Amino acid sequence: MNAPVREISYSQAIQEAMAIAMEADERVILMGEDIGVYGGAFQVTGDLVDRFGSDRVMDTPISELGGAGVAVGAAVTGLRPIFEFQFSDFAALAMEQIVNQAAKMRYMLGGAVSVPLVMRFPAGSGTGAAAQHSQSLEAWLGHVPGLKVIQPATPHDVKGMLLAAVADPDPVMIFEHKLLYKMKGPVPEGHYTVPLDKAEVRREGRDVSIVATSIMVHKALEAAEVLAGEGISAEVIDLRSIRPIDRETVIASVMKTSRLICVYEGVKTLGVGAEISAMIAESEAFDYLDAPILRLGGSETPIPYNPELEKAAVPQVPDIIDAARGLARGVR
Amino acid sequence: MSGRAQAMQVEGETSNLPFIYRQYEREQLLDALRKMHLIRRFEEGAEECYMRGLIHGTMHLSIGQEASAMGICMPLVNEDQITSTHRGHGHCIAKGAEVKRMFAEFFGKTTGYCAGRGGSMHIADVSTGNLGANGIVGGGLPIAVGAALTAKRLRTGKVVVCFFGDGANNEGAFHEALNMAAIWKLPVIFVCENNGYGMSTSTARSTAVANVADRAAAYSMPGVIVDGNVLSEVAEASHEAVERARRGDGPTLIECKTYRYRGHSKSDRNRYRTKDEIDDWMTNRDPIKRYEAQLIEFGIATSDELEAIRGSVQQEIDAGIEFAKASPMPSIDGLADNVYTLEA
Ligand SMILES: Cc1ncc(C[n+]2csc(CCOP(=O)(O)OP(=O)(O)O)c2C)c(N)n1
Ligand SMILES: [Mg+2]
Repeated sequence: MNAPVREISYSQAIQEAMAIAMEADERVILMGEDIGVYGGAFQVTGDLVDRFGSDRVMDTPISELGGAGVAVGAAVTGLRPIFEFQFSDFAALAMEQIVNQAAKMRYMLGGAVSVPLVMRFPAGSGTGAAAQHSQSLEAWLGHVPGLKVIQPATPHDVKGMLLAAVADPDPVMIFEHKLLYKMKGPVPEGHYTVPLDKAEVRREGRDVSIVATSIMVHKALEAAEVLAGEGISAEVIDLRSIRPIDRETVIASVMKTSRLICVYEGVKTLGVGAEISAMIAESEAFDYLDAPILRLGGSETPIPYNPELEKAAVPQVPDIIDAARGLARGVR
Repeated sequence: MSGRAQAMQVEGETSNLPFIYRQYEREQLLDALRKMHLIRRFEEGAEECYMRGLIHGTMHLSIGQEASAMGICMPLVNEDQITSTHRGHGHCIAKGAEVKRMFAEFFGKTTGYCAGRGGSMHIADVSTGNLGANGIVGGGLPIAVGAALTAKRLRTGKVVVCFFGDGANNEGAFHEALNMAAIWKLPVIFVCENNGYGMSTSTARSTAVANVADRAAAYSMPGVIVDGNVLSEVAEASHEAVERARRGDGPTLIECKTYRYRGHSKSDRNRYRTKDEIDDWMTNRDPIKRYEAQLIEFGIATSDELEAIRGSVQQEIDAGIEFAKASPMPSIDGLADNVYTLEA
């Protein structure tokens, strides 16, 4: 790709992808609460309403179930909606349309229709917004066949994956960690796509594989840097998609390093880490393991308001370092 | 009509006075004013602490909407219950909470109403009947109906007030809740604080009827519209709805037309409304100024007395912030407290 590359933020990258998709295809519309003049709760749609008009950048009433359902209906009949939840937590109100309708419609109708729908979910903790505005619910949707569920971790990936999602004929759910919105990174101009089903090795290593999602990729990279100073070589894999999961990349890494740590913000049990661990246990990589698999996930609690408690509720860089040190020393 | 205010200026004219002056004692009238000031100063204090980085997270201020919270709560007793919203500081104070414990919550301290776990958006004081603010728009509507179901089944005599915003009236939960309250004739009062906007979206752009109260007809309950910035009007509508609920005649929907002065939350460029509009409400329709003017006009209080009330409110606010600052932080060990009732 030879397009010029600039540093832009994660939220700018999303906005750029949406603008490109809208320029290219009249059928692409944006729907969500306060995405018009307000620019979106996290200023992701920004001024797009000025460019594309309120017919294509549609403010919905505060009606998540209805709004999601309208997006499903529009998608199945010929539009390509990109639907923004103001916070991923509010998707709980729309589960019916996402889980019972969008995910299954093609299957139930024997392949007669497709649901080319993109939904965006600002997710995660760290903003002091407490229990109903800070959750990481991606595993909920990851459990639903018919959906694709991705967690881009960089400005580059979120743009390319969003463009791939718009082009995809099936419903794609994009979980965007709120603390990533302001993060900057190199992003090519113009149209490009990043596959929806491929993990990425962010840092190569020999001693331990750290499989991370979303913001935890950055924490894992920070940890890997510190570990390198101690002679521990960590490989960091950015999972990028949790449905489907890129088995090959993870399995190959574990066969190389023989140790695995999964790091994710969602509640630890019954989550992404459980799936990765089970996948390794079932795979040819199992025999290569030199140590138990470790999961670092969110605490078994709602996200608390108090900032110190809030930090304690999700994995932090020192937790990753400790876990990797323990594994590398051959102790738990 | 027992207990009318004593200090009426013109003997014999009391029957023409607005509702609250006929209904309440002078002391109660002044207490209502005090609480309205307390709400406003509490929020100004919280805003200031927030700007100075002493409080984190976000908050939604109800400055400008004090008469609605206070007027609705005037006919309630301590045992009556409310469900509140993300813009819920006023409801909490009007229902009887202490500002020091609210500040402590905002500071994330153990002495806060939610032990530092909830913050502004989940402020609650169950001891004064406040079942909680809510981070989910419309979340409290069915819960209030459930509380009213308890009141009816257990014959507690309680009524339940459900506060919600104009934006919430487009959630399915609103419609489902009103319908169930009506078919089961439950003692619940739905109070829509219509401040014209749900975040940036005006009711004209979000709502297919001119008044939220028009929707009451679809659920066979009275729909009452009041000037939400006139304390007496609000209290009168609340009083009637409370009596109806206590009689067992079922729910009422009250719509208080009001306005929020501040942006939606901490960040808001106000691109969806004009400065003129904001100024007009602030200068010409302020609920506290209007109430104070009446208190003086009707001879219920002198301006010195009003000044004294403001002074005592300020003291309570200052003391509340000090209390919050001096209170202990929760220990990290307690992270998993109260996930379940019975600890493992
Ligand atoms: C289910 C849900 N959707 C969206 C939001 C985000 N949100 C919080 S407050 C708000 C506006 C609510 O408007 P309204 O009900 O009129 O109350 P107001 O803020 O005006 O007091 C929105 C969209 C939310 N908290 N919950
Ligand atoms: Mg409103």
